[in-house]
Amino acid sequence: MNRKAIVQRSRRGMNNSNILLMITIGLFIVMYTAGSIVYADKGFDHLQTFLNILINNAGLICVACGMTCVLLTGGIDISVGALIGMVCMFMAVGIEFWGLSSPVLMILILLIGITFGLVQGLCVGYLNIQPFIVTMAGMFFARGMTAVISTQQVTIKSDEFFVMLANLKFFIPFEIGAYVNSKGRLMVPFFRLPVIIALCVLVAVFLILRYTRFGRSLYAVGGNQQSAALMGLDVKKTRMKAYMLSSFLCAIGGICYVLNTMAGTASQAAGLEMDAISSAVIGGTLLTGGVGNVIGSFFGVLINGTISSLVKTHGKLISSWSNVVTAILLCVFIVLQAVFTKLKENRKR
Amino acid sequence: MKIKRAIKKITGMQMFLPIASMLLVMAVNIIYDVSNGNAVFNFFTISLRNGVLFGRIIDILNRGSEVAILAIGMTLVVSAAAGADISVGSVMSLAGGMCCMLLAGFGNANVSQYAVPLWVGLVAGLAIACLCGAFNGYLVSYLNIQPMVATLILFSAGRAIGLLLCNSTIVYVRVPSFQFLGGYFWMLPTPIIIAAACVLVMSLILKHTALGMYIQSVGINKNAARIAGFKSRRIIFTAFVISGLCAGIAGLVATSRIYSADTNNIGLNMELDAILAVALGGNSLGGGKFRLAGSIVGAYTIQAITTTLYALGISSAQAPVFKAVIVILIVTIQSPAVTAYFERRAVAKALRANKEAMRV
Repeated sequence: MNRKAIVQRSRRGMNNSNILLMITIGLFIVMYTAGSIVYADKGFDHLQTFLNILINNAGLICVACGMTCVLLTGGIDISVGALIGMVCMFMAVGIEFWGLSSPVLMILILLIGITFGLVQGLCVGYLNIQPFIVTMAGMFFARGMTAVISTQQVTIKSDEFFVMLANLKFFIPFEIGAYVNSKGRLMVPFFRLPVIIALCVLVAVFLILRYTRFGRSLYAVGGNQQSAALMGLDVKKTRMKAYMLSSFLCAIGGICYVLNTMAGTASQAAGLEMDAISSAVIGGTLLTGGVGNVIGSFFGVLINGTISSLVKTHGKLISSWSNVVTAILLCVFIVLQAVFTKLKENRKR
Repeated sequence: MKIKRAIKKITGMQMFLPIASMLLVMAVNIIYDVSNGNAVFNFFTISLRNGVLFGRIIDILNRGSEVAILAIGMTLVVSAAAGADISVGSVMSLAGGMCCMLLAGFGNANVSQYAVPLWVGLVAGLAIACLCGAFNGYLVSYLNIQPMVATLILFSAGRAIGLLLCNSTIVYVRVPSFQFLGGYFWMLPTPIIIAAACVLVMSLILKHTALGMYIQSVGINKNAARIAGFKSRRIIFTAFVISGLCAGIAGLVATSRIYSADTNNIGLNMELDAILAVALGGNSLGGGKFRLAGSIVGAYTIQAITTTLYALGISSAQAPVFKAVIVILIVTIQSPAVTAYFERRAVAKALRANKEAMRV
C-alpha cells in the first residue's frame, strides 16, 4: 500500500468519529435553538442560561475529560460520581469540623485523587483485572467512605476564603447579552470560577491528547494493545496513568462541584458517572477505545446540561425525565457506534 | 509433604473460598458474642416466637434471599458473556414500581384495595423485568456491545423509569395478601422458600437440559462454540433474560417486604452484592465454567457479612467500604497476573528440587 492510500484510509477511519461529532454538535444546536424558541418567555434564550449550564456542569466537564482519557484506552471508570461525593464531603467536614484551611484541603483532595487513581490503575494495568469491576469496587468504597466521614449534610460557611472564591462573579465585558429584567434592573451575564477551572482543564487535556507522547500512547493502547506493546509502548504504565489522570481530574471536578453546592452530603453527585460516560459517548468517543477527543465530550456535557435545563425550565416534569432522556440518547449513540464498527469491519473484508 | 498436599487439595476446591469465608464470618460472630457476654452459640440458636422461627441464621437466610435469587441470573450472565449485568438493582426497583403502580392505579400513593387483581400486578412486574433482560441481551448478543456498558443504560434508566411510573412518590399497597411474598408461610419466612424454589428450578434445568453446558461453552470461546454449531447469540440472550427474570422476582419480594414501591431504595447497591456472590463462589468473572452452588453459598455469605457488620455497629451506608475491599481482594487473588506469579514460583520450586535431586 502506498502512502497516499494509507492517508486516505486513515481519513476514512476518522470519518466515522467525525460523523458522530458532527451529529453531536448539530444535536446541541438544534436542541438549544428549539429550547430558546419554545421557552423564550421563560428567558431560555438569554446568554445567562447558557452560562448557567456551564456553571452547573463545570465539575462534569472536568470529569468527562478524565473519562474520555480512560475510555480512549478501552477501559471505563465508574467511580467518578462517588469520588466527587467523597471529595465534597471531605472538603465540607474538613472546613467545618476539623478546622483546616481551604487551600490545604484542596491540595489534600488532589493528593487523594491521585492516590485513588493510582490504586485503581495498579489493579487495572498491572493486575489485569477488568476495569469495570475495579472501578465499581472503587465506587462503593468511595460512597462508603463518604458515610464514614460524616452521614449528615454539612454546609460550608466558616471559611472566608472559600466563600469568597465561591461567590466570585466574572461579568461579561461590554455588557454583551445583557438584558433588563422585570424589575427594571440591568442584568449583566456572568460566570463563576469553576467555569474558568473547567475550561483550563479542557484545553490542557486537549493539548495533552494531541501533542504529548502520553496522549498519543493513550490512543495507541486503545486502538490495539498488542500492536502498542510491539511498538515498544509500556501498555501497563499507560493504562495506569489514564486512571490516575481520571481520578485527578475528578478531584479537580470535585472542587468545582463543591464551589457550586457549598455543601457535602452522603448522596452527592449520585449518578454522575453515568452523565460523564454518556457525555463522552455522545461526543463520539468509542467505548472500544482508540477513537475520540475531549471537544466532543465537551459538547456531550453541554447536551446533558441542556436536557436537564429544559426539564427544569418546563417546571412541571419530574426530574427523573432528564435521566431517562439521557439514557435514551446514550442508548442511541451506543447503537450507532456498534453499527459504525460493524460497517467498518465489513469494509475491511 | 502429605499435609501440604492435603492443604493444596482443599484450597484448590472450587467451594473452598465461599465456605472458608462463611466459617470466618461465623468465627467473628462467636468472638463478638463471647466478648459481649452472650452465649457462645448465640449466632446459631433458633427459637420459636409467635409461631414463627426466629434467630440470626433465619434472619440471614431471609434477608439473603434477594441476593441469592439475583446470584442465579448473575452466574449465568457472567459465565456466558464474561461480563456482569449491573442493571439488576435498577430492574428490581422497576419491577416493584410497575407492580405497585398497577395494583394501586396510576397516581395513587396509598391504597388499601387492589385496582387490578394481584396476579396481574405480579405478572406485569415479572414481564417488564424480562423485557429489560431481553433489551440487555439484544444489545450484548446481537449488537456486540460489552455487557457492562449495555447494562449501564438500564442501570441509570431503570430506576428513573420506576420513578416516573410511581409519579416520584412511594406507593403503598396496604393489602394483607400483597405482603405474603415478603411475609411468613407457616413457620418460615416466604422469601426463603421462594429463593429455595428458584434455586431448585434452576438446578433442575441445568441438570436435565444442556443449557448449562451451552452457556459454559459460549463463555469459554464464543466463536468456537458458534462454529461447533451452538447458537451463541441466542444462548447469551437467554442468559440475560433469565437474569432479568431473577431480578424481577427479587424485586417483587423486596417490594412485598415493605408493601410499598420505594423506587429510590429498592435494590440499591444490590448489583455489587450479586457480583460479589458470584466471585466469592469461586466462579471466574472472566466467563466460562461456573458452579451455581458456589454462587448461592457466596450470596448467603455476603448477607452474613452484612448482618455481622450491622451487628458490629456499622451503618448500612458505611458497609460498602468493607464489601469493596473484599471484592478487590478476591479479584486480585483470581487475577491473571497473580495466578501467573504463583505458577512461576511453583515451576521454579519444582526446577530447584529437580536440580537438587540431580546433584544427589
